[in-house]
Amino acid sequence: MTADSPADPAASAQEEDERLKDISRLRKALIRPELGAISGAILVFVLFGIIAGDSGMFSAEGILNWSIVSAQFIVIAVGACLLMIAGEFDLSVGSMIGFSGIIIAIFSVHLGWPVWLAIILAFVMAMAIGAFNGYLVIKTKLPSFIVTLAFLFILRGLTIFLAIATTRKTIIGGVRDVAEGDWLAPLFGGKVLTGLFSWFAEQGWISTFTRGSRAGEPIVDGIPMLIVWAIALVIFAHILLTRTKFGNWIFASGGDAQSARYTGVPVDRVKILMFMFTAFCATVFATAQVMEFGSAAADRGLLKEFEAIISVVIGGALLTGGFGSVIGAALGAIIFGVVQQGLFFAGVESSLFRVFLGVILLLAVILNTYIRRMITGER
Amino acid sequence: MAAPLIEMRDIEKHFGSVIALNGVSFTVNAGEVHCLLGDNGAGKSTFIKTMSGVHKATKGEMFVDGDLVHFVSARDAIDKGIATVYQDLAMIPLMSVTRNFFMGREPTRWVGPLRFVNFSEAHRITKEQMSKIGIDVRDPNQAVGTLSGGERQTVAIARAVYFGAKVLILDEPTSALGVRQTSMVLKYIDMVRKRGLGVVFITHNVRHAMAVGDRFTVLNRGQTLGTATRAEITPEELQDLMAGGKELAVLSETLGGTV
Repeated sequence: MTADSPADPAASAQEEDERLKDISRLRKALIRPELGAISGAILVFVLFGIIAGDSGMFSAEGILNWSIVSAQFIVIAVGACLLMIAGEFDLSVGSMIGFSGIIIAIFSVHLGWPVWLAIILAFVMAMAIGAFNGYLVIKTKLPSFIVTLAFLFILRGLTIFLAIATTRKTIIGGVRDVAEGDWLAPLFGGKVLTGLFSWFAEQGWISTFTRGSRAGEPIVDGIPMLIVWAIALVIFAHILLTRTKFGNWIFASGGDAQSARYTGVPVDRVKILMFMFTAFCATVFATAQVMEFGSAAADRGLLKEFEAIISVVIGGALLTGGFGSVIGAALGAIIFGVVQQGLFFAGVESSLFRVFLGVILLLAVILNTYIRRMITGER
Repeated sequence: MAAPLIEMRDIEKHFGSVIALNGVSFTVNAGEVHCLLGDNGAGKSTFIKTMSGVHKATKGEMFVDGDLVHFVSARDAIDKGIATVYQDLAMIPLMSVTRNFFMGREPTRWVGPLRFVNFSEAHRITKEQMSKIGIDVRDPNQAVGTLSGGERQTVAIARAVYFGAKVLILDEPTSALGVRQTSMVLKYIDMVRKRGLGVVFITHNVRHAMAVGDRFTVLNRGQTLGTATRAEITPEELQDLMAGGKELAVLSETLGGTV
C-alpha cells in the first residue's frame, strides 16, 4: 500500500539526487544513438584499409564500387528506418522492388508507354500498395510483421505472374533502348558531375581507359544518380525526423501510439505515410536498378527487406519503435556495403561475408542496447 | 453562482448488452478538486472517457460552462479545455522531456519556405515550466524514462496546465507511486486548484482522496452512491461506500484496520 503525507513540503522540494553521478562531458558526447554504427564504420574502414588497402579498394574506381552498393542499401534503409521508428515493419520491400521494376518494364517495353509515364505509374502503384499495407495494419490491428509478410508473397507471386503473362519471360530487357532521350529516366540512371570527372582525368588524378572504344575517357566518369538519391534521402529524412513537427509525431507514434493519440497526434496518418515512404524508397531503388541494367527481372530485390532492417538496427534503432536515427541507419548501410565489397577486394571467400555480417550485427546491437539504456533510462 | 465547468447529467453508457454506466450525474467547479472514487469495475474509467470525448454517451447530456456539448473525439474535449492525464500513458519514456512536453503542439518557425520546430524556444519553456513545479531538468533533451514516476505525472499535469486546460481529469495519478512521489503529485494538484482550475481526481485510495479533495463522489456498479463535501463524510464512511459496505468492514477488523 502507499501511505502518504501530503503536507510534507521538505520531502519533495529539493530533488537534488545524491545517488546520481555526474556524467563527464566526453561521455555525454559519446552517448548518441549512432555511436554503435560510428564505431562499426570506423572498424570496417580500418580493417579493410589494412587487409585490402593495396587491392584498389580505395582507388577512385574501388570507392565508386562500394559506394554504389552502400547507396543501394541506404536508399531502402532510410525508408525502413523511419517506418521502424514509427513502430512498424515492412517485409514486402524486396518484393516491392521486383514489382516496381517489372511494372516499369512491362509498360515501357511491352506496352510501349513513354518511360517517364511508366516510372510514375510504378511509383503511384507502389505507394498505393504501401498505403494499403498501412491501412490494413491500422484497421486490423495485426502486427505489421504479419501483414507485410503476406505482401512479401503476394507481390512476388504477382510480379512473376505479370511478367510471364505479358511477355512469357521473367526478365524483360530493352529498357535502355526505350529510355533513350526520356526526360525522367536520367534522374535514376544518369550520372552527375561528369565534366568534373573528365577534368580530374585530364589532371591525371584518376586513371583513364587505355584501350578500346572508350580510350582516353576516365574510368570513373561521374557520380551515379543512385548515390545522389541516397544522399538526398538521408538529408531529407534526417531533417524530417529531428527538426520538424512531423518528426516528433513519428517518434511519438512508435514510442507509444496510445499516449500519442491522447495528445492529439494523428498516429494512423503518420504510420500510413511511413508505409508509403518505404514503398517510395523501394521504387527509387527499383527504378535506378532497371535503368542501370537496362532490364527488369521478377526476382530482383530478394531479401532486401532484411538487409534494410539489419542496416537500421546496426544504426541504433529500436526494433519496437520510438527510437533511432537516420544517420545511424545510413552508416549501418555503409558498413553493409563496405563489408560486402571489401571481402571481394580482399579476395576472401565470399561465403564469409555472412559470418562477418552476423558478427558485426551482434556487436553493434549489444553496444546499441547499452547506449540506449543510458539515454532513455530503460531497465 | 456561475455554471459549473463541467456538468454531466444522467449519463448512460452501454457496451452491447453490458450497462457500464446507468445514469451518472457529476459536476466540477472552478477551483475545486472533485474526487471520483470506486472499486475496480465500478465504471470510473468509462465515465472519465465519456467526459474526455473518447467514448460517446449512450444517453444523457453534458454541459461545459453551461453550454450543451457533444464530443465526437478526444480532440473536441481538449479544444474545450478538458485535459486528461492517464496513469500509464502520460508520457512516452523514450522521448525527451521537451519532445513530450510539446507533443502535438510543437512550436514552429519558418526558415525560408520550410517550417521547423523551434527547439530553442521549446527547451527554454520546458525548463522554465519544470523549475516552476520544482523539477530540476538538467537537460531538456534527457529522456522522460530517466524521470521518476511522480515526476512524469507532474510533468504531464504541468503540460496540460501550460496549454490552457480549465479542467484536469487525472486518472489514478498516484496509484503506482511511492510515498514521496505521491506527496509530490498531491501537492501539485493542490497548486493547480489554487490557480482556479477544476480537477477531477480518480482514485481508489481514500487517503489520497481525503488529502486534497473538496467533494467526493462514489461510483458503484455504474451508479453514483451520492456526492458529499469534505465536511460531511469521514474516510471510514467513504471506504465503506466504495467497497459496497459490510464485508470489507469485517475484513478490515480481522486485518487490524490496514485496508
